[in-house]
Amino acid sequence: MSMSLKPKPPHPLGNCPGCAEPLESGDRFCGACGFDLSAAEVPDRPTVPIALPVEWPEPPPRDPQSLTTATQHPHDLPGTDSGGRDLPTIPVRTDGVPEGAGAEAAAAAAAAAPQGDAAEAVGATGGQAPAERTAPGAEPEGAGAPGEPVTAERTPAVTGPEGATSSSGSGPEAVQPSDDGDFTLPAPDPRAALRAEPTAAPPTPAAEPSGGDGRKVCVACRVGRVDGDGYCEHCGHAQPRDRDHMEEDLPAVAAVSDRGLRHHRNEDSFAVASTALADGSPATLAVVCDGVSSATRPDEASAAAASAARAALLTALPRGTHPQQAMQEAIVAAADAVTALAERPEGEREHQNAPACTIVGSIVTDGLLVVGWVGDSRAYWVPDDRTTPPARLTEDDSWAAQMVAAGLMNEAQAYADERAHAITGWLGADSYELDPHTAAFKPDRPGVVVVCTDGLWNYAEAADDMARVLPPDAAERPLHAAQVLVGHALDGGGHDNITVALLPFALPSPGAADPA
Amino acid sequence: MANFSKPTGPQFSVDVYQNEFLPEGGRDVNAIVTVTATGGGTAGSFRPAAARSAAVVLMLDCSGSMDYPATKMRGAREATAAAIDTLRDGTFFAVVAGTHVAKEVYPGDGRLAVADARTRAEAKNALRGLSAGGGTAIGTWLRLADRLLSSADAAIRHGILLTDGRNEHEAPAELRAALDACAGRFTCDARGVGTDWEVEEVKGIARALLGTADIVADPAGLTADFTTMMENAMGKEVADVALRLWTPVGVEIGFVKQVAPTVEDLTGRRTEAGPRAGDYPTGSWGDESRDYHVSVRVPQAAVGQEMLAARVSLIVPDPAGGAPTTLSQGLVRAVWTDDMVMSTAINAQVAHYTGQAELADAIQKGLDARKSGDHDGATAKLGRAVQLAAASGNADTAKLLSKVVDVVDAATGTVRLKAKVAEADEMTLETRSTKTVRVKK
Repeated sequence: MSMSLKPKPPHPLGNCPGCAEPLESGDRFCGACGFDLSAAEVPDRPTVPIALPVEWPEPPPRDPQSLTTATQHPHDLPGTDSGGRDLPTIPVRTDGVPEGAGAEAAAAAAAAAPQGDAAEAVGATGGQAPAERTAPGAEPEGAGAPGEPVTAERTPAVTGPEGATSSSGSGPEAVQPSDDGDFTLPAPDPRAALRAEPTAAPPTPAAEPSGGDGRKVCVACRVGRVDGDGYCEHCGHAQPRDRDHMEEDLPAVAAVSDRGLRHHRNEDSFAVASTALADGSPATLAVVCDGVSSATRPDEASAAAASAARAALLTALPRGTHPQQAMQEAIVAAADAVTALAERPEGEREHQNAPACTIVGSIVTDGLLVVGWVGDSRAYWVPDDRTTPPARLTEDDSWAAQMVAAGLMNEAQAYADERAHAITGWLGADSYELDPHTAAFKPDRPGVVVVCTDGLWNYAEAADDMARVLPPDAAERPLHAAQVLVGHALDGGGHDNITVALLPFALPSPGAADPA
Repeated sequence: MANFSKPTGPQFSVDVYQNEFLPEGGRDVNAIVTVTATGGGTAGSFRPAAARSAAVVLMLDCSGSMDYPATKMRGAREATAAAIDTLRDGTFFAVVAGTHVAKEVYPGDGRLAVADARTRAEAKNALRGLSAGGGTAIGTWLRLADRLLSSADAAIRHGILLTDGRNEHEAPAELRAALDACAGRFTCDARGVGTDWEVEEVKGIARALLGTADIVADPAGLTADFTTMMENAMGKEVADVALRLWTPVGVEIGFVKQVAPTVEDLTGRRTEAGPRAGDYPTGSWGDESRDYHVSVRVPQAAVGQEMLAARVSLIVPDPAGGAPTTLSQGLVRAVWTDDMVMSTAINAQVAHYTGQAELADAIQKGLDARKSGDHDGATAKLGRAVQLAAASGNADTAKLLSKVVDVVDAATGTVRLKAKVAEADEMTLETRSTKTVRVKK
């Protein structure tokens, strides 16, 4: 992202990996030996910590025109609304019908969607499937607030791409102006969509081919069988592990995590869950963690953190803890879990860095959106109405972000520096000082929260970019949209592990508090 | 043969130390494989069932030179008596007198005795009749030992060989043929007493028969050395253990070396064991730990790929001819990354043993240069050896080196050759040049 902002940047690789010939900016092949540079074009930016005390910068002044936000410091708890006022009492919902019905229907649609795409392939799904998918997606608002303009706008936004599918047959997500809409949709990258479909097709390891003796055939050489250690007994290549690609799809939240193309294992992890607050109103949560690759066992760190944060949230939220407070506590619990990993004896190995990871989490409840984070994993807000501006909800604990926040560099300079992606905050035993950041928002329109690691946002850094690649029907088909986002990152080179969770946010319906 | 699943047998563990990360285009994978056997019969524990399955033949040089000085013959007799006293009850044993022919001293008739109070006394009595006279043909001693050892059904078959002179009364090819015939049939420790023997000959016997080699310059030291050797032999629990290396298609094997307790190149001793697998002999094991350096060259793969570069396992053959038992195994991996920090790191164990192997090599080359009158070459090589020994904390080798060179500065490897070096010191250094130390903690 920041590469394009640099004035006359040298080629990021410096010299050709094949023959050491010096490269120029924009080279796609080595001028001397013809080495294809595209595979190695963007040097990896591993998530690495630097040991500096963190001065968390004050949030920028609020732009009254944009999404109303106010970043809260932990000691500001409990949360405030977007105007900085105390939060109103969360309305008690006794019927639970509108949200529940919508969620269940969405779940059915989401569950049906991948199979539909995979089995019936292109063009055949035309009329039926879109209708099914559209209806439940519109239902949460429609049930409580009939005729609300935002719903009317969203409907074409969903039917648009599906309509295009039946008419063009070029791809399920090929975007064209919708038949009944009066505006053109923000087009998702069609390559991303195409890339995402194969990703979605084999969702489970069970689909992998297996040999006659019950052991799997190596995916690398297709000759040998896979031994008990997960390696091919012929060519020795490691086989895909369960963690290489993970998906989870709940009624109101979905997440996808992928190893990417350049890393040998997936050091990201996530956790998603649905629960209910003390008043019975539904809450969904997602936690995404990115293992620090320069530390030992980053994969264990991220898994432990995500799992601990999930458990903490599922304990705190139903007890009536304010979601922002719950997020704060969950991050502390995650940090404790990662710190505990370092205490495990490492035998007589030489000194190694303690396990570490980043964390970003989000909770969506009735009318309230909470995010919390440590490190450079991010949350974005993308409104369903794409004519309204999206926003980034988190501020990285990174060197570049600090430089910009401190006014020492502009964004272009800061992100051009090789230290740009060094993180200044993380979970782990050697963390300088745990400083969880949390923020609460009261969005005034429906949208989707994108919770992701830098493996995704490196390929869609600005909020506008993220909004552009997020499929318009993300709220209705969060799993599919997450697959598309992962596909976008893979298409861009997949230099890092990619993890994204999507939480649709629906406006609280005015009638919801009324138990009629 | 022992049943390895039973709790009394030793447990083998394999630990692999390596930096598995390779840069883009990287192909060389190095790993140190530490094999540790624990829980077997430690010295002092008395287990008759296991004792029965061990057999030891003591081969004593009785050539004419053993009487010059007479302390050698006397020392050998006393040392052998001490070794016999160290035999566990129930162990098969025999004593062979070696000259240009091999003669059974005890019990005779091509048999092995079973150790008990009576046989030990008879054997020691028989030693009194030994006298020096004749030549040296070590190949004949080994062949007789092999015949005797194979006459008993013993799992652990071991020889102890003592010589004081060169193998002058048979052609080198005959000794080589005898070693080839005996390799894998029994293990053998070899000792040179005095300073009139050939270092390479004694080391060659130990190497071929997977035993230890050492010098006993002063015959008075023989008793202690023989006792230790016999204790070690009595501690052996599992024989014919092999290091099996499996490699995937396209992987070339650079070398396989034992690097601790001594450096022994095993690369050329591979016997094929099925598709892409080969066995390297390691002899018999008691409670001990050894390190191996495995170096392989893998095919290139893209960044982000991971492959198994080699699977290292410890196996023992089935005496009934069935499939061998795998005692333990470890994995050597290759993972390609574009993180330079990860791919350029050198594993401390690999670095250490690479240095120890170079140390052994520098000593041998330095001593060879010295013998051939190349003083500059000798100074450079032995200087490098001093530097390596100091840096790696190999104090024993550093001490031996200091008897051959005057050390001006160990850190830079600046040395001067000593004008006068005792022959025993030079031979000790040469014999023990392959001794290594483990990584400093």
